[in-house]
Amino acid sequence: MNAITDALIITKRQLLQLARVPEVLIFSTIQPVMFVLLFRYVFGGSIATGDPGGYVQLLMPGIFVQTTAFTLAATASGLAEDMTKGLIDRFRSLPISRSALVFGRTLGDGLLNIVVLSVMGLAGFIVGWRPSSGILKIGLAFIFLLAFGYSLSWVGIFAGLSARDARVVQNLSFLITFPLTFLSNAFAPTTGMPRPLQYVAEWNPVSTMVAACRELFGLQNHFGATAHSFPSQHPLTMSLVYMVVILAIFVPLSVRKYSHANKK
Amino acid sequence: MKSIVAEHLVRTYRNGEVKALDDLSLDVEEGTVLSVLGPNGAGKTTVVRVLTTLLTPDSGSATVGGIDVLKHPEKVREIIGLSGQYAAVDETLTGWDNLVMFGRLYHLGKKESVARAEELLERFSLTESARRPIKTYSGGMRRRLDLAASLIVQPKVLFLDEPTTGLDPRGRQEMWGVIEELVKGGVTLLLTTQYLDEADQLADDIIVVDHGKVIARGTSDALKKQVGGERLEVVVDQAHISATMDAVAKVSGHTASLDEGLRKVSAPVTTGATALIEVLRLLDAGGIHPLDVALKRPSLDDVFMSLTGHVAEDQVVVSETGRGKKKEKLDKKSEAKS
Repeated sequence: MNAITDALIITKRQLLQLARVPEVLIFSTIQPVMFVLLFRYVFGGSIATGDPGGYVQLLMPGIFVQTTAFTLAATASGLAEDMTKGLIDRFRSLPISRSALVFGRTLGDGLLNIVVLSVMGLAGFIVGWRPSSGILKIGLAFIFLLAFGYSLSWVGIFAGLSARDARVVQNLSFLITFPLTFLSNAFAPTTGMPRPLQYVAEWNPVSTMVAACRELFGLQNHFGATAHSFPSQHPLTMSLVYMVVILAIFVPLSVRKYSHANKK
Repeated sequence: MKSIVAEHLVRTYRNGEVKALDDLSLDVEEGTVLSVLGPNGAGKTTVVRVLTTLLTPDSGSATVGGIDVLKHPEKVREIIGLSGQYAAVDETLTGWDNLVMFGRLYHLGKKESVARAEELLERFSLTESARRPIKTYSGGMRRRLDLAASLIVQPKVLFLDEPTTGLDPRGRQEMWGVIEELVKGGVTLLLTTQYLDEADQLADDIIVVDHGKVIARGTSDALKKQVGGERLEVVVDQAHISATMDAVAKVSGHTASLDEGLRKVSAPVTTGATALIEVLRLLDAGGIHPLDVALKRPSLDDVFMSLTGHVAEDQVVVSETGRGKKKEKLDKKSEAKS
């Protein structure tokens, strides 16, 4: 199928970019590793979890999810840059499948996530993270994380295509993802929040993802233990539903936006 | 056979506030070069975007290579090449990377893509810098690489949107050479430009656009005739103005006009450099030493002056990224008025 090879060529372009400017890859892995170390040693001492292994066990799933959530910003700003530089016009004038470019880019950002998550996992292990559930479930958790990043990548595609300026997109996507990742159970229990916020935090896809990962890594989800809402009771199911919904909305929307030359 | 036909294209922005294309029609005979000449914001880029399937017009129709642009855009994309105002290549990648990638996207095999990339790099004198990232290229090199990328599958119809804007004189000369080569190879070319000399150099036919409309069409000679050809201009001291006006009028055969502020005497001439020599002889005989003497070829300003009665002013531009209205006025010297 031509559409698939086209998409893979676009993905290859992204990998080639990383090979030509390796700093990008280095910095995109340093940042989450820095988060791991900061949270582990700054907050880790003062948050008692009552679990063996301490805060870092709860922290790692939170940071994994946060990092994959930032895929949104990465995808969006990368695409916006191509837009402003006129590269998208060139791709559009080529006899390639209209969805190839956007599929290729989400795939590329997904591959980058594999590298980033591996490095983070290793950093976590060094500072004491010990998932206890066995290799299968751990693997499943990582697949889940990649899928989450991939679905958010599509939101990023849409944001990038709608943008006028690469910098605006970058800032805007951080403005969305940052509160989203903190208004969750990722770093602290939701039970300490004011009631309305608790409600938001429980339904937040980041929370369901974090809770799902904690389960898969063999932890009880302490940070949402007192919550009785559906998402906190069924985080795995709920996370899947969120991903499917995001993809169902943003894949057609983005492909349409890309091929709709009128809009530009 | 006509390779490009556009009929009654209309395209408005901002709910009809800005008319980028206002009932614009054009056609290009196969194997010839049409230059679309006009100031910024005249609609040049918009017409290229419509013909290259990037933009749908509000109304009107167009065919490229006999294929309907609106009905079968994917077929049009197979036979066209496009090189825009901004070099649309991946700047972090090398020239070689870019051309191989585009080759692959045109569905050439791996080996074929590499062979084609190397051939094009050689042809555009980029072999030495092939392994350097585009970021390190000069403006002229970027444009050449961009052009190379649009030639990967030897398009039947080529669109070049202001291929030399922003290049230094040497870069322009090189680009012209490259384009002339291509035209010899038989490609049909639609080229937009702000420079009359560029259109003159490269095109068989020229259309002049203003406010999204075609305001004149013809060969470069025909347009020049319409504009009035060259003007002889002499700048002298205040004391010698009247004597100079007589001399210039004598050489020209027309009454000379005077720009008092600049002390510039001018008149249309048809004999080119000969007129220059004649007027210098006359002035010298009269003991007048001119401060400046020039033979001015008609500029875009002059074309506009004679066609529309106003100087080519950049119009409100709806920028490509939709950033809003951007009004740029070039510092236009209204020489034509003198």
